Amino acid sequence: MDKIAALGRQGLAVIASFGRSGRFLFGVLSGVPRPITGFPLLVQQLYFVGVLSLAIVVVSGLFIGMVLALQGYTILSDFGSESAIGQMIALTLVRELGPVVTALLFAGRAGSALTAEIGLMKATEQLSSMEMMGVDPLRRVVAPRLWAGFIAMPVLAVIFTVVGIWGGMLVGVEWLGVFDGAYWGNMQSSVDFVDDVLNGLLKSVVFGFVCAWIAVYQGYDCIPTSAGISSATTKTVVYSSLAVLGLDFVLTAVMFGDF
Amino acid sequence: MGNRRIEVIVGLFMIAGLAAILFLALQVSGLSPKSASDRYTLYANFNDAGGLAPRGRVSMAGVTIGTIESVTLNKETFQARVALAIESDVDNIPTDSAAVIRTSGLLGDQYVDISVGGDMESLKPGDTFYSTQSAMNLERLISNFASGR
Repeated sequence: MDKIAALGRQGLAVIASFGRSGRFLFGVLSGVPRPITGFPLLVQQLYFVGVLSLAIVVVSGLFIGMVLALQGYTILSDFGSESAIGQMIALTLVRELGPVVTALLFAGRAGSALTAEIGLMKATEQLSSMEMMGVDPLRRVVAPRLWAGFIAMPVLAVIFTVVGIWGGMLVGVEWLGVFDGAYWGNMQSSVDFVDDVLNGLLKSVVFGFVCAWIAVYQGYDCIPTSAGISSATTKTVVYSSLAVLGLDFVLTAVMFGDF
Repeated sequence: MGNRRIEVIVGLFMIAGLAAILFLALQVSGLSPKSASDRYTLYANFNDAGGLAPRGRVSMAGVTIGTIESVTLNKETFQARVALAIESDVDNIPTDSAAVIRTSGLLGDQYVDISVGGDMESLKPGDTFYSTQSAMNLERLISNFASGR
């Protein structure tokens, strides 16, 4: 009986957490942004969330593009069609790997930092002292971070994709000797701007929103102790990764599936 | 670090993002400034459109001169009606040219090849090809060969 009660308690806790996160999101988004004070805060967060994540995104993109070219060449050259390598790399990166891998890196690099920062603010009662001063912490602290994640993620994803395609060209064309006209030509004839590029961009917008939401919510909702912050940070990375991978399947089915 | 410097770096970050989208549009997806407006449509009726699909290639002498716009069924003649968007600078296709469905390689994609005729008059936008040749069906070919017909 105790076990059933524990299960029920856990279920209720999960549902309550969903409810709190929804109310939290509503609270953040419904606060009217103030252009004059809000914009510098947003720029600062864009720097921390976006620009500082650039290094890991560029390096991963480069290596993933290079590995794709190397693997693709090995398989495609069996069929004598190694000129299709550009098409393969571009479609893989634009549709799937660009948004997904960037979102996973983003959750690990920026999401965990956001959670820890907000969690520590809560633990040291900076958030409550802001409220005492009549400053809305949702608007002052949380909203810029949420928007920054939302804006930075698509930018990072397109940079990742471009660097990956360039890395693929480096290995495929410069090293393995695929004709570069075939590399770009096959790519251009198979990648469609609206169907592939814009859908990929839409994916990364959704992932950015989800990752940023999970990160700031976990920080805001954490138990204000050091153990609580550490578990909230872990949860951010785990939940963001699961949400990204799950949503990716749904979005791919809706965007590219034939039914 | 001053506020000003952060603003400049974030500005560069945003510019890098825009440049990346531009690169994806122009270099990767081959979206060119000359859009659908400088194309005109020709039609071709096939008994069997095979694996033709929208966005496929239309070529002449091996050079791509347009794309396949749509593949629909004509309910009166039970033929496939294929709309071809041809680049407008190729405006002198002779009227007795034939639209032929070919396959790139043995198992590759199917595309429409226009084999040029000798007529002095040329096809105008909205015209239909008089002669067409349907897709080669490998299975039918083999079964015809096997049954000795």
